[in-house]
Amino acid sequence: MCLAVPGKIISINSENPNLITAKVSFGGAIKEINIQWLPEAKVGDYILAHVGTALSIINEKEAKEAIKTANEFEEMQKKLDDKTL
Amino acid sequence: MKFVDEYRNIETVKKIAKQIKSITTKKWTIMEICGGQTHSIMKYNLQEFLPDEITLVHGPGCPVCVTALDVIDKAHLIAKKEDVIFTSFGDMLRVPGSFTDLLKIKAEGNDVRIVYSPLDAVNIAEQNPEKKVVFLAVGFETTAPANAMSVLEAKRRSINNYSILSSHVLVPPAMHAILGSENNLIQGFLAAGHVCTVMGYEEYIPISQQYNSPIIITGFEPVDILQGILACIKQLENNEAFVHNSYKRMVKKEGNIHAKKTMFEVFEISNKNWRGIGEIPNSGLKVKNKYKEFDADKIFSLEDYKIEEPKVCISGEIMQGLKKPFECPAFGKECLPENPLGAPMVSNEGACNAYFRYKK
Ligand code: SF4
Repeated sequence: MCLAVPGKIISINSENPNLITAKVSFGGAIKEINIQWLPEAKVGDYILAHVGTALSIINEKEAKEAIKTANEFEEMQKKLDDKTL
Repeated sequence: MKFVDEYRNIETVKKIAKQIKSITTKKWTIMEICGGQTHSIMKYNLQEFLPDEITLVHGPGCPVCVTALDVIDKAHLIAKKEDVIFTSFGDMLRVPGSFTDLLKIKAEGNDVRIVYSPLDAVNIAEQNPEKKVVFLAVGFETTAPANAMSVLEAKRRSINNYSILSSHVLVPPAMHAILGSENNLIQGFLAAGHVCTVMGYEEYIPISQQYNSPIIITGFEPVDILQGILACIKQLENNEAFVHNSYKRMVKKEGNIHAKKTMFEVFEISNKNWRGIGEIPNSGLKVKNKYKEFDADKIFSLEDYKIEEPKVCISGEIMQGLKKPFECPAFGKECLPENPLGAPMVSNEGACNAYFRYKK
């Protein structure tokens, strides 16, 4: 139930200010998601959706950073190993 | 899929695993609080990537598993009424109550419907004005705001045949209960990233300080989980204890203030009974009196329904990290995913179910 999945906003419908929704693509499958808790969300953003509502906008910079840090260690280790050889 | 595939990359997983190995010198016991993380750990066999010194214990973070038996029974009593359409998330349908489950009740001809979102249940109520539509509103802080939104939406649209049977649980009080128990084995926590997308992580700071335990805000993919473990081991090995956000792409310190506002508009904090664990003070949310016409407990006069839990199932000890599923005598024998005796065997976020599926 706690599953929450990332999807990309394709269009936003703000006709009803009490219930702002967006068409969101989850790897190609399109679903209508409530985005009223993310007033700054715009088309093209990736959001995290849970039981039909979006909870956060994915921070792309942080996303890249996390993967980079994970991979950097290896290079650092290699450099250290090269020096000790 | 973007933001998924790169976090399942096996090469990246191996690199982080190598880092973890290189810094681990002592034995450590870490609890992942969330059932979604338990599921990933079992599915991707992440324990295999870790050095033997690290033990992962699976916490009580599966709403299906911890929803108290009396709530499940109440759901069944309501769902059997002729003038009711009972709606629920799919994973609650097979949860065994004292006498039956929702799937059986549905098979007996009652109107039980699975919804993807609580707002779908509001729409069903609007389309069926002659019926009482009840939604089984369970979940942690991740789900509670959407459940609250359904109440506000029903009120806004003047839908007066919609109500929720509410049983929400909160993560920080459960962490208090685990860390404060005299049997506690847990030295560090992976906190549930999606709960924190709503709540932020300020409330974990005093817990980390009080119990001198690292708390790492952690995501759900294999790379996320190993990064959470790495951050936790770093602190433990350095004899440090603070809150670290290892899920920055999703979680902000303050969480989502709009979602929180919706949640606390409809709900207030209350004591809560956790299935298998018992009552934890201030660990739940109940519908405020202001919204009592949307509270199924009141509408169906079930506020005082109480029932003793049977003793066969040791899920309470499993969820506190005192035992592993295969130490339960019923595991894989009388208790199977097709015939669950306890809730942790029902949902694929439950520890018993995850062990059964991936570790037979
Ligand atoms: S195996 Fe079944 S009976 Fe045993 S603890 Fe798990 S859910 Fe309960």
